[in-house]
Amino acid sequence: MKHFKTINKGHLQESAVKGGCGECQASCQSACKTSCTVANQKCEK
Amino acid sequence: MIHKYKLNGYNIVMDVNSGAVHIVDDIAYDLLDYLDEDFSEQNREDIIGKLSSKYKKGEIEESYNEMIDLYKSGLLFSKDKVQNSPKIKYIDSPIKSMCINIAHDCNLRCEYCFAAKGDFGCGRVLMSEETGKKAIDFLIKHSGKRRNLEVDFFGGEPLMNFEVVKKIVDYARSKEKEHNKNFRFTITTNGILLTDDKIEYINKEMSNVVLSLDGRKEVNDRLRIFTNGKGSYDMIVPKYKKLVETRGDKDYYVRGTFTKHNLDFSEDVMHMYELGFDQISIEPVVSDEKLDYSIKEEDLPKVFEEYDKLSKKIIDLKKKGSHINFFHFMIDLDNGPCAIKRLKGCGCGNEYVAVTPQGDIYPCHQFVGKDEWKMGNLNDETFDGDMKKSFSKANVYNKNGCNDCWAKFYCSGGCNANNQEYEGDIMNPHKIACELQRKRLECAIMIKAALN
Repeated sequence: MKHFKTINKGHLQESAVKGGCGECQASCQSACKTSCTVANQKCEK
Repeated sequence: MIHKYKLNGYNIVMDVNSGAVHIVDDIAYDLLDYLDEDFSEQNREDIIGKLSSKYKKGEIEESYNEMIDLYKSGLLFSKDKVQNSPKIKYIDSPIKSMCINIAHDCNLRCEYCFAAKGDFGCGRVLMSEETGKKAIDFLIKHSGKRRNLEVDFFGGEPLMNFEVVKKIVDYARSKEKEHNKNFRFTITTNGILLTDDKIEYINKEMSNVVLSLDGRKEVNDRLRIFTNGKGSYDMIVPKYKKLVETRGDKDYYVRGTFTKHNLDFSEDVMHMYELGFDQISIEPVVSDEKLDYSIKEEDLPKVFEEYDKLSKKIIDLKKKGSHINFFHFMIDLDNGPCAIKRLKGCGCGNEYVAVTPQGDIYPCHQFVGKDEWKMGNLNDETFDGDMKKSFSKANVYNKNGCNDCWAKFYCSGGCNANNQEYEGDIMNPHKIACELQRKRLECAIMIKAALN
């Protein structure tokens, strides 16, 4: 494509179907403790 | 829903529901102003006409056609199917994370401490081995089929009760096989009591360690002080260096807090980097607006400018092949957490609880000391299932205003404790925190675009 360069296709909707196992880290257990940042957590699958 | 913005010379378009990210030229960027969720039904000629005074017709048509292709591929104006997923409705999540406040005492008196300078207003006391073991038993009992269990030793200052930390770790390890669990330990420390022995133990047993430091010496020593008012920088930095040098590839963060006194906090991040630390987190102070060091709405333009500056510095370093990881710009666009995780966020009060030296159970460390939020006690084996249920409903589809926010899949509706403290309800997102979160996300995605 010339006008749009897609740098990530995104799989959020599919991840809802396959996800939710609950094995990943609680986001507040890493390095925040006073804010909430969740998109940086690793998936365990 | 889409979100588009310009930053550092990039035109960025995010498709909120799919998570797709596009870098676009000016024609495509302007074209999106005339489109909405149902754009496939828009009058093509009419829209092209509106832009024809600025761009060549053929270019506009080409851009429009590319947009149609992306729409058909589910990468632009995609629909949200997650909202109807039964997985976000189930409320009986096992508890799998615990913050153990091993010491309600501290050897520093940091001005901004949300733990009331170490004791959470509950009196200076250390957790006993017996209570610590009960905490582990509670976690195992309530964790259902979850295998990975997380325990963070927190305080106060955990190293003031390090022998009990070690006994709790031993106890938890002794239970792993029998219950098919894998414990991951974290410890958060101000570094004052670090010794070679403790460093060796932490690097062996703790999957993550959080080392508190606010940055430059004058910044750190203004608020991170001893009871006599003396700063802590000179004592802790050499110890942190030693810990990190011998840590191998295990996780660690040097973590600071910025306040109104150091709104130029990108300098503190760079100072930490120059000290040799490459895993860095610096967060805005969370405090009552009336306090002189609080971040207020009027400070946001300066804070945003600073995040922009930090982004550019990080891009420059990474382009030179250096490694630096700023916690709040971390984002994994390909293999990050699933949508279910993103909607529920930290899981406090539902998947995550905090326990005190007295055995009291709270939704998280930030609720500790607030009686109305006590969920139970380890000693009398009480636990408030109704409060757990109310926290389980705290997802972005239920929080006020989140469903219309482009950042909902990245922030999970903010910190429930901050929401309660500053907006009066866990379901009401804390407005300043939202502004900061959105800005950090824009920077994080721009960095991806720049390094693409």
